[in-house]
Amino acid sequence: MTIEFDNNLPIYLQIMNYIKLQIVTGKLGPGEKIPSVRELASELKINPNTIQRTFQELEREGVAESRRGLGRFVTSEDEKIMSIKKEMASDLLDRFIGGMRELGFDNENIVKIVTESVEGGRSGGGGDAHGTLA
Amino acid sequence: MVPLLELQSVSKAYGKKTALLDLSLSVEPGRIVGLLGSNGSGKSTLMQIAAGLLHPDSGSVRIRGQLPGVRTKGAVSFMPDRPQFESWMTIGDALDFQRDFFADYDADKARRMLDFMKLSRRDKAFSLSKGMGERLQLTLALSRKASLYLLDEPIGGVDPVARDHILDALVEFYEEESSVVVSTHLISDIERIFDEIVMIQGGSVIMQGDAEQLRMASGKSIDQLFKEVYAEC
Repeated sequence: MTIEFDNNLPIYLQIMNYIKLQIVTGKLGPGEKIPSVRELASELKINPNTIQRTFQELEREGVAESRRGLGRFVTSEDEKIMSIKKEMASDLLDRFIGGMRELGFDNENIVKIVTESVEGGRSGGGGDAHGTLA
Repeated sequence: MVPLLELQSVSKAYGKKTALLDLSLSVEPGRIVGLLGSNGSGKSTLMQIAAGLLHPDSGSVRIRGQLPGVRTKGAVSFMPDRPQFESWMTIGDALDFQRDFFADYDADKARRMLDFMKLSRRDKAFSLSKGMGERLQLTLALSRKASLYLLDEPIGGVDPVARDHILDALVEFYEEESSVVVSTHLISDIERIFDEIVMIQGGSVIMQGDAEQLRMASGKSIDQLFKEVYAEC
């Protein structure tokens, strides 16, 4: 597990997003055990307190749940996982739409470009554009 | 909770030169604190006072509520900013010295750290390169099961690869119940391991706080904040 950290953002938010991405993409399955604080800390070379904070936030959001004596587990609620996925998609969309508006495209044109891009099978290229716009 | 380390209005001067001025600081258990400041800002003086090696001219120092002395030295592991080996010492001798002096020396941990640091007991401690010397110093400091670790410039003289390795060792081998104070002027490589940061300038604290909250509030890295704060001075 590797994360390229951006020192300008709180570290725990970056780890939260990373774990959510793993859940959404199925690398961490529903109900699967999440590595311990100590394991993640030494893997990511991060202070254990920061990992602790990450887990607390994930629990507060209902993404993870801790079972006494057993450790922490990914939620097994499909609805919750779906809502994380939607949340991440809407973040991506917001950034994309924001970037397109900055470039001077109106709503109609944005939709047109996206449609063309998807239908033209250029989804790979579209993906790159998200990156540069974000 | 009694802080592990508490300094109140500490001042220290060398002749006419002020090193610390009315400095107050408190370190709670279980925290990794970055003591940040440029050269000559008072970092090493502060570390030596906390380690009980220097006496402040005024103000008070408490280690777990006690005055620095024989008892607190058993709870504090100090890594000085320059090597302190005798010329005849091998790495093994240096470790044995540590074992003889400190009851909390953990031979097993020392062995694991030597492996991790790729150091050999047979090598001469005196003739190590700067980077290897720092690895040995850190090994000595962390080979004890102390309550408070004071690491003065642990990554000062090493290349970025070795720096990463030293940081890995720090995260890997520090005791979670204890606290670590790390002084450094190299921030960007190390800031992600800090819970809290304390910036000092001219012997006084100019900024301190929770590292994540500072990033959240400013949208900037600690390294960037440090540069901005110091540019104003």
